[in-house]
Amino acid sequence: MGYEPQADFGTPEVHSETSVTLTIDGRAVTVPAGTSVMRAAAKCGGAIPKLCATDNVAAFGSCRLCLVEVDGMRGTPASCTTPVAQGMVVHTQTPRLQKLRKGVMELYISDHPLDCLTCSANNDCELQDTAAQVGLRDVRYGYAGANHLGLETDSSNPYFDFDPSKCIACSRCVRACDEVQGTFALTMDGRGFASTISAGQAGDNFLSSECVSCGACVQACPTATLQEKAVKEIGKPERAVITTCAYCGVGCTFRAEMRGEQLVRMVPWKDGKANRGHSCVKGRFAWGYAHHKDRITTPMIRESIDQPWREVSWDEALSHTAERLKAIKAQYGARALGGITSSRCTNEETYLVQKLVRVGFGSNNVDTCARVCHSPTGYGLKQTFGTSAGTQDFDSVMDADVVLLIGANPTDAHPVFASRMKRRLRQGARLIVIDPRRIDLVRSPHVEAAHHLALQPGTNVAVLTAMAHVIVTEGLVDEAFVRERCELDAYEDWARFVSDARHSPEVLEAVTRVPAADLRAAARLYATGGNGAIYYGLGVTEHSQGSSTVMAIANLAMATGNVGRRGVGVNPLRGQNNVQGACDMGSFPHELSGYRHISDNSTRALFEQDWGVTLDPEPGLRIPNMLDAAVDGSFRALYIQGEDILQSDPNTHHVAAGLAAMDIVIVHDLFLNETANYAHVFLPGSTFLEKDGTFTNAERRIQLVRKVMEPANGGAEGKGLADWQVTQALANAMGLGWNYAHPSEIMDEIARLTPSFSGVSHARLDEAGSLQWPVNAAHPDGSPIMHEDGFVRGKGHFVVTDYVPTDEKTGPRFPLLLTTGRILSQYNVGAQTRRTENSIWHEEDVLEIHPTDAENRGLNSGDWVRLASRTGETTLRAVVTDRVAPGVVYTTFHHPATQANVVTTEYSDWATNCPEYKVTAVQVSPSNGPSDWQRDYEEQAARSRRIMGHAEAAE
Amino acid sequence: MDIDHLVVMANQIARNLAARGEDAAVELMVEHIRDFWDPRMKAGILTADPKRLDRIAAKAIAQLGVRH
Repeated sequence: MGYEPQADFGTPEVHSETSVTLTIDGRAVTVPAGTSVMRAAAKCGGAIPKLCATDNVAAFGSCRLCLVEVDGMRGTPASCTTPVAQGMVVHTQTPRLQKLRKGVMELYISDHPLDCLTCSANNDCELQDTAAQVGLRDVRYGYAGANHLGLETDSSNPYFDFDPSKCIACSRCVRACDEVQGTFALTMDGRGFASTISAGQAGDNFLSSECVSCGACVQACPTATLQEKAVKEIGKPERAVITTCAYCGVGCTFRAEMRGEQLVRMVPWKDGKANRGHSCVKGRFAWGYAHHKDRITTPMIRESIDQPWREVSWDEALSHTAERLKAIKAQYGARALGGITSSRCTNEETYLVQKLVRVGFGSNNVDTCARVCHSPTGYGLKQTFGTSAGTQDFDSVMDADVVLLIGANPTDAHPVFASRMKRRLRQGARLIVIDPRRIDLVRSPHVEAAHHLALQPGTNVAVLTAMAHVIVTEGLVDEAFVRERCELDAYEDWARFVSDARHSPEVLEAVTRVPAADLRAAARLYATGGNGAIYYGLGVTEHSQGSSTVMAIANLAMATGNVGRRGVGVNPLRGQNNVQGACDMGSFPHELSGYRHISDNSTRALFEQDWGVTLDPEPGLRIPNMLDAAVDGSFRALYIQGEDILQSDPNTHHVAAGLAAMDIVIVHDLFLNETANYAHVFLPGSTFLEKDGTFTNAERRIQLVRKVMEPANGGAEGKGLADWQVTQALANAMGLGWNYAHPSEIMDEIARLTPSFSGVSHARLDEAGSLQWPVNAAHPDGSPIMHEDGFVRGKGHFVVTDYVPTDEKTGPRFPLLLTTGRILSQYNVGAQTRRTENSIWHEEDVLEIHPTDAENRGLNSGDWVRLASRTGETTLRAVVTDRVAPGVVYTTFHHPATQANVVTTEYSDWATNCPEYKVTAVQVSPSNGPSDWQRDYEEQAARSRRIMGHAEAAE
Repeated sequence: MDIDHLVVMANQIARNLAARGEDAAVELMVEHIRDFWDPRMKAGILTADPKRLDRIAAKAIAQLGVRH
């Protein structure tokens, strides 16, 4: 497509079962009742001039440009605030209206700089367009009077400027911040002529205010007042490509706006069904990593990790790697080789990596980063509902009456969905938060949780069992649902178990530290408050009882009948952009695509026939098992696409020992990440901007990723390869003879072999925009809501989940509990966001500690502290805050200099080995600065990043 | 494989299944290990001293050995 901006209908879409037909400028138009005259006019091809209206915020009626005349109605009503009526006759262009509009426009322009030709919004400015639309030819007032032209630009935000001299005080930015983002950081300060837009309090600028830099205000601004710095620097884009964000599991759709091969800006796409035109600071602005100087664009090899890297051609890198892999396979057998697929890469790429492992390596030793995040979701929901995915689409939250949020912090980790949830909460839905920490949603502008159950970390199962106890013993079970939809025997066993007095909130209070009365009230609200929707995150899964907690959540939803329709459900908020997809594609060592066990003969036969090989019927090693087996000497080669296990996985020392023990570690990535310190082959990766394919978000929504520029990883030969092409080239170097010409052909193979994807193709996705699996004969247009007419497994299965305390215990040496999480501006291990201006908001990981615990240790905010566990220690700076409870400390893991995972333990979920990141017994004490280990690590990292012929290390 | 670690894993599975009743727990544990453990892990746990295993784990591993 060209660059034309997306159509703006002026006011938001209205859903109504009643239609209304009216006449606008002689044209008949039928729209849903409640639609504005402005929107109806836009729908039938008209364009009523407007400045304060835009279709992602409610009508405001302040600019007085959209006036119309309506037969039988007095005056000239504003079309944005006038709803349509049956038989209404509207005139949008009359001499009277033209005169009025011109008069209004003169007033606007009399206080606006006339620098259009040099303005960065030239030819992309609604004010300019509107002046043309109303036929402004002169400004009778002149330009000499009082004005705002001398006001200074606020350039504090790294991505956009605020130039108040160009502001027309339409307040679209303020309303976008309120209605779309829900942060309420902006306000219209002053009255009349003195009105100005203000971020935060007087004295704040955009950076120091509560602004979260989501970009909604920039998108809403009709002038150059709020504009991306990149547009000022580069100029107006000339073409746009619709693609999918590569950060979190929300999966926002964006227009990548380009000049040639240069990305100018990413603008959220209003027709994106996951984001509905909204964005966050990461997807909207933090894409600078794609051309950061640290990016490695040439393949490299080395014999040992003590040596500097040697740049080589693609051919040499791939043939060297293939020879080494074949030699190891010949000497130690296929089960000594394995791979890790990337939840950052496309479905097609992930599928190819697992196929390479199963077909080329000949083992089932393939895993993905879901191992360390949502593998318990896969296990738990499969056991209870029959499939490993969330039950709803994101839109469903708008029908929820009670939101139960467990172990998730959406305003930081899933910000665009959080904005939608906040909108629903502002409409009156009630919120229950179960989290050891006071996350922002507990209390933020116009949102306040009805209950915050600040449980002791590690006691999720106890809290949920106590809630189940209340629901069963107080007679709040939806018996009709259970009788009709669930296995009765299993339900009765479960109901008997949870009804036992030892599971009452009063008894469990000693363990959970949640006041029994609060817990009872929360359970009653969830069970009786209307549509109850559960959303959860890694605070549920990353525990030794992660799988049990997922099953306990599913039990609660079934017992209260909150499954199988809009507004309810069990919704895992998936972390990575394509972690759902990576799991769907057969990235786990025990199952093929579509969650079918490798030991199942008929499934295996299907793949064996298609792939022309015999598959190992035994499950392979999971990531932690691979590391154990490497130390043991039976696992010797690992291909890692787009994952940094050294930084992201628990117990860094153990990960390092495992990697160091392998004969060959192949890292396929954008950067020399921490894992690459232990690698022997580095294959340069491609960004999401450089490839075609699909991502699947947390709602099971499959969306196209479209290439907007050539891969930069061409090395000396200048021929860049997308990641799927690299995997294919490696497979072919091993003699597999693959010849996929385009990712769409890989998707065709996936569809052929995977029943839940049988109706998926790139052509179909292009046509539909996106599809939610299952997409097959039974669900040709996909499945926004699952389990509507029955559970995938038939009857819902209640599972008894007993609270088994973790083996990680506090004691005199380690009296505090550490829990970890994320922050809005940084993403995961930070490989991307640390290489953007986002670091201005979070340049280092810090340790949150309660004032009482800080005082006992003589600590103040900003002090260096030593954080020690039974596993290891690190140092970082403290922040004293009552956001955490006494006895609990919290940090993030975005920065390799901190390496929070030096401290975390090897305890893991009993069913899936998902690491227990969320509970580590620690001690905190004053420190003078970085530990010896941190200094040694930095030296080792710098040494291992040397490249022959380059003056300094790449990072 | 590190037998100590496998013993910890086995006992953890047993403790989490215990509430389902001993017979069911043993059966579920056998299934679980069959479905999710790599062959060298299965072989490793079969060499573990049964005295280090919880009652349910010991029974399950004994059954696994018979079926293996």
